Amino acid sequence: MEQEIKTVKLRPEPPKRIGRHIIVVRVQHNFGVLTRITNLFASRGYNIESLTVGVTHEPNIARITIVVKGDERVIEQIIKQLRKLIETLRVRDITTIPHIERELVLIKVHTGDEKARDEIMRLVNIFRAKIVDVSIDTYTIEVTGDTNKIEAFIDLLRPFGIKDLARTGTLAISRESAKYKYAKQIE
Amino acid sequence: MAVKRGADIIVDVLLAEGVDTIFGLPGGAIMEVYDALFDAPFRNILTRHEQAAAHMADGYARASGKVGVVMATSGPGATNLVTGLATAFMDSVPLVAITGQVPRHYIGTDAFQEADVVGITRPITKHNFLVTDIKDLPLIIRQAFYIARTGRPGPVLIDVPKDITQQKSDYRIPTDDEVEKSLPGYKPHVEGNYVQIKKAAEFIRKAKRPVLYVGGGVIISGASEELKELAELTKIPVTTTNMGKGAFPETHPLALHMLGMHGTYYANMAVYNADLLIAVGARFDDRVTGKIQEFAPEAKIIHIDIDPASISKNITVDVPIVGDVKNVLKKLIKELKKKPFEWEKAREAWLKQIEKWKNEHPLTYEKSDKVIKPQYVIEEVYNITKGDAIITAGVGQHQMWAAMFYKYSFPRQFLNSGGLGTMGYGFPAAVGAKIARPEKEVIAIEGDGSFIMNIQDIATAVQYRIPVKVVIINNEFLGMVRQWQEFFYDSRYASVCLSVQPDFVKLAESFGAVGLRAKKPKEVRPVLEEAMSINDRPVIIDMVVDREENVLPMVPAGKSYREMLLSPGEKGKAETMYLVG
Repeated sequence: MEQEIKTVKLRPEPPKRIGRHIIVVRVQHNFGVLTRITNLFASRGYNIESLTVGVTHEPNIARITIVVKGDERVIEQIIKQLRKLIETLRVRDITTIPHIERELVLIKVHTGDEKARDEIMRLVNIFRAKIVDVSIDTYTIEVTGDTNKIEAFIDLLRPFGIKDLARTGTLAISRESAKYKYAKQIE
Repeated sequence: MAVKRGADIIVDVLLAEGVDTIFGLPGGAIMEVYDALFDAPFRNILTRHEQAAAHMADGYARASGKVGVVMATSGPGATNLVTGLATAFMDSVPLVAITGQVPRHYIGTDAFQEADVVGITRPITKHNFLVTDIKDLPLIIRQAFYIARTGRPGPVLIDVPKDITQQKSDYRIPTDDEVEKSLPGYKPHVEGNYVQIKKAAEFIRKAKRPVLYVGGGVIISGASEELKELAELTKIPVTTTNMGKGAFPETHPLALHMLGMHGTYYANMAVYNADLLIAVGARFDDRVTGKIQEFAPEAKIIHIDIDPASISKNITVDVPIVGDVKNVLKKLIKELKKKPFEWEKAREAWLKQIEKWKNEHPLTYEKSDKVIKPQYVIEEVYNITKGDAIITAGVGQHQMWAAMFYKYSFPRQFLNSGGLGTMGYGFPAAVGAKIARPEKEVIAIEGDGSFIMNIQDIATAVQYRIPVKVVIINNEFLGMVRQWQEFFYDSRYASVCLSVQPDFVKLAESFGAVGLRAKKPKEVRPVLEEAMSINDRPVIIDMVVDREENVLPMVPAGKSYREMLLSPGEKGKAETMYLVG
């Protein structure tokens, strides 16, 4: 009785475009709220690229910056799931609106000979970094910038031998100067 | 301002919340609260296992629409609640669980009966709290009830360290306004966007082959009347999910019954061929959609749900409407009534086609006068209760037969673990439901595998004289797994045979309940009649059924509706029916 199927009808699927998104979340600064957020990402299988948290000028409110990769549907789900948490006050995807992104990195790099020292110093100047500690054979360098700049700097230091490295993850804030122009997109 | 110990504050706030029944089991860390309960005017149900307590509170909540309350002690008491909380979470059931915790100064020391209960239950509760200051206690309890019952309901857990229950403090019960203001990030959307509702009405007017796909949200929202009005006004056929059973009377001519994996042929055909699907309080679960790319392939979708995260989660929706189903349906009906429209004429061809499908493949099974067919048992339960009983079910084949062969006609009539699929749910849920609705006949349809998972709580039903009836569809198998093994694993019956089992009649008697058994089809009716005449004790009925009966129709997991296995025909074997649109 099996009839042959000539055409199988499929639901039209929107194209999947995977992109990097910066999501800013304001939460009540309660005990365990960060765990709630990281748990949500872990249990639903979303990949966090970076997550940065800190208390704001209002002591009972914390601000979390999450960088995450995914297609539109995944990102939409992440935002909705974040909004669903009882302690969440506001969730915004600021990827497409003008914003400032910063990361801070502390890098311990081997200095080796004088030539290497000079070269590292030159890179530090070019990247507007700062040497914050010096030992016989290492410099500890502090640098801030967006992810691309940080990555470039780390790559340039790699040949000298990086001894240790600490990164904050991305912090982001929307540009007030562009607020009126983009007010509609900010929802 | 009164000064009381923490345990008494808990009792006072519970009273203020209108709680009348508490399910639970005491232990060291919650003893102080039980001491306070000793003089309190609650019905206090002592269960034999905390999981059963959670399911009872769940059954109580589903049957009544009120918040169920469950209590347990720290450590193992609380971890035993986990399955019950997860069950309630998946099916959006309002529960408040209060668990004892070790005293604050012991937290983190691996103390006796210590477990990180807030950590363990975080992903399976709508929200949870660890009380760290007795000053917060009244507000937290009120917040818990508010969160549990509003928006998309769900379980909320409060973990209370023992020293807080013993500590004395002055307190005041916060007002409703204070509770709302204390949760600035929690604002359920209930109204529904007017522009979207207007758009939905236009879609409905334009549709040629519309179907209403109705889930548990309609029941939770109390929107059955509105749903019926919408369906009758626009002449749109209604299919319900397992959770939506009872939201729309199944005896209604527009009823298509259940859709999805074990949906009827005509419901699945209607959805597959629809040009408009109106999802109301449903969430496009994989058991409903099968292969998502081929689900309702030509349909525009309107989705009404109170949970924004349910919308466009599994399937992209054309008209999303976030709001309480009752509110939205009222507005939608009003919008549709604004302009006159010839609904009958517009639906004539579509309803005729559906009638044809209904006649071609009605819900049926192979009847027998030698062995008891499980479907026959459900039909007889339906007949003897005149379709008016509250039915609960465990999980497995019997659950699906209970869903398919009992015709539900009112909301909160069919209680089962639809989302999590928790075996052992049916019987304790029936006890909870009977406590909530003592005037109703409450019958648990259980499997032999499912029932035994919470069998200890027959003692509870006997102790409090809860006259529930348990109908065991006993096939000495984990039947649903066996069916899958038969269909998809070459009948290799790995670890599914339950032929070593207690004598359920003697077992019931040993608990002080009544045990009955039927082995032949002609015994089914008399045994049920006898059971119905007993109203002071639980009755356990062992229905010895055809061991290898299958639940059909069936859309195999992850497959398209096109690949539906139909009821056994003359050949006696399921055949693959390809649906052509």
